[in-house]
Amino acid sequence: MIAMEVLFVLFALAALTGAVLMIAVRNPVHSVLFMLLTFVNVAAMFVLLNAYFVAVIQVLVYTGAILVLFLFVVMLLGQQRRPVPEVVRSVQAPVAILVGLALVVEVVGVVVASAVTAGHKGHDTPQAIAAAGGNVQALGQQLYTTWLLPFEVASVLLLVAAVGAVFLAKEEI
Amino acid sequence: MAEFFITLIKIIVLFGGVLTVMAYLTYFERKVVARMQSRIGPNRTGPIGLMQPLADGLKLLTKEPFVPRRADKVVFLLAPVLAFIPALLTWAVVPFGPDFTVLGRKISMVVADVNVALIYMLAMSSVGVYGIIMAGWGSNNKYAVMGALRSSAQVISYEVALGLSLIGTIMIAGSLNLGDIIHAQQGTYVGFVPRWNVIPQIVGFTLFLTSAIAETNRAPFDLPEAESELVAGYHVEYSGFGFAMFFLAEYINMLTVSAVASVAFLGGWLGPAIPFVPAPINGVVWMLLKMSIFIFFYFWLRSTLPRFRYDQLMSLCWKVMLPLALLNILVTGIVKLFV
Amino acid sequence: MPVSWWPIGLFFIIVAGFAATSLALSKLVAPSRHNEAKAETYESGIRPLGEAQQRSDIRYYTVAMLFVVFDVEAIFLYPWAVVYDRIGLYGLIEMVLFIVLLVGAYLYAWRRGALDW
Repeated sequence: MIAMEVLFVLFALAALTGAVLMIAVRNPVHSVLFMLLTFVNVAAMFVLLNAYFVAVIQVLVYTGAILVLFLFVVMLLGQQRRPVPEVVRSVQAPVAILVGLALVVEVVGVVVASAVTAGHKGHDTPQAIAAAGGNVQALGQQLYTTWLLPFEVASVLLLVAAVGAVFLAKEEI
Repeated sequence: MAEFFITLIKIIVLFGGVLTVMAYLTYFERKVVARMQSRIGPNRTGPIGLMQPLADGLKLLTKEPFVPRRADKVVFLLAPVLAFIPALLTWAVVPFGPDFTVLGRKISMVVADVNVALIYMLAMSSVGVYGIIMAGWGSNNKYAVMGALRSSAQVISYEVALGLSLIGTIMIAGSLNLGDIIHAQQGTYVGFVPRWNVIPQIVGFTLFLTSAIAETNRAPFDLPEAESELVAGYHVEYSGFGFAMFFLAEYINMLTVSAVASVAFLGGWLGPAIPFVPAPINGVVWMLLKMSIFIFFYFWLRSTLPRFRYDQLMSLCWKVMLPLALLNILVTGIVKLFV
Repeated sequence: MPVSWWPIGLFFIIVAGFAATSLALSKLVAPSRHNEAKAETYESGIRPLGEAQQRSDIRYYTVAMLFVVFDVEAIFLYPWAVVYDRIGLYGLIEMVLFIVLLVGAYLYAWRRGALDW
């Protein structure tokens, strides 16, 4: 059990290092690569939590798809170092501070809530998951029966994303 | 503790095995392609050229590892490692044979028996794309950047088709575990035809094979390294062992694809018993035999087909294979319900 | 406790160790002779012109975006395929609904020419 905690600290430290460096580094491509470090370590933490399916999905979607998209966007914008426009300072900075504060409040809220719920057992105990035949089976059973509506709404979200991207990129024809 | 050492031995055997097989893959490729072009192929180093892979390896090890002045050093040096590690890690979940018992201890022929093995493999192969992008971008060379962009766009496009082509086999097995997928293929149709997924999933199989060849950047989809226009694509600037690692990663990925194809569509290690051979070894023999069919297919394609054009490559993926893969899933679903 | 996953961690350490030692070994064994012309970026024998890390084509972005969308779709299909036996016709209908919407996006992208290279 000690091994688990050591591993957790190790992965968490690596993830945090990646996150901090991602913001601190000047070169956007390096930022993306540090983000890769963070995502992979988050996936490792999911493995520690027995959430295998989420772990592989984390790697497959976030590192394998979304970060590639980020890289393409960064490369699309090119390497030119433009001066920071005035709008960024006057408008973006306050907004960023507000959003950051909101995030801090949310994280604190989650931590407090988890302290309250700690020790309470939900429906999906390890035994229930094992009885369903494993992680993926349990997840599938829930997702495609109980949580059908969110699942279908996700497809609308994907539709919007695809149409939006194509529309923006292909405006001229 | 015993568990730990057994796993360690398994890893070392697997690691050594993959590297050795990969080394001889280059030799067989050159021999096969040579024969198909009425040449002889390597025959100077050792008897019938059998020492060629060793000589190649030593040569690459002793060549100058060279970093161009304008390259982004760290990214440039990390790229081959990032291509190599996921390529090998994929092998941790490949089963080579049935479980067996030695001295009362059950041993499975897989390093990590993971229940999401199939997506794990896809996830690892999707990480491999970073090696390519980082190599191209880090080299700061025009050919390399072009090659890397093309290659990564190609790899991610075909990844969709690759993932979708495997859904049919998952539906048949009802599991993502490779062992379960193999077990679902036990038995026969009408008494003698093996119940392999390749028969009900022939469309999925064809799609898988095509997109897998594109995933591994091999002929006829080897545009990223199109030597006639991009010199060598993303690894133009690499020499010595950095180059060797890209080379290793590419060939290991070919082996991986063959392994997945045999497990998902040809029943993996299932096969009739060979007389006087114990069951576990029998399984390994069948697995390797099936894999070598795909490997040969790769070489055969390389010496037969000309390279695709980039627009053809992309439209083949997005306009033909993607709809076919979705249709295949729909048909599999309907057939499973009503037949 | 992630019982079946620790071998992958061990495997990772061994593979990374192999990669590091072999690169270090080649650094030790191989010659290193520096020379100005050699350190130049390769550009078919002429002096490199301009930067290689230029702005890339927007089509790469479109492809990546479509890839993300369809990759997420594929990910929804994996657990669905696993439990398909248990949810049957109900599952088939809901997945058809899900995919029909995405096919709409796909047709839009096709008509807009986003799939042409």
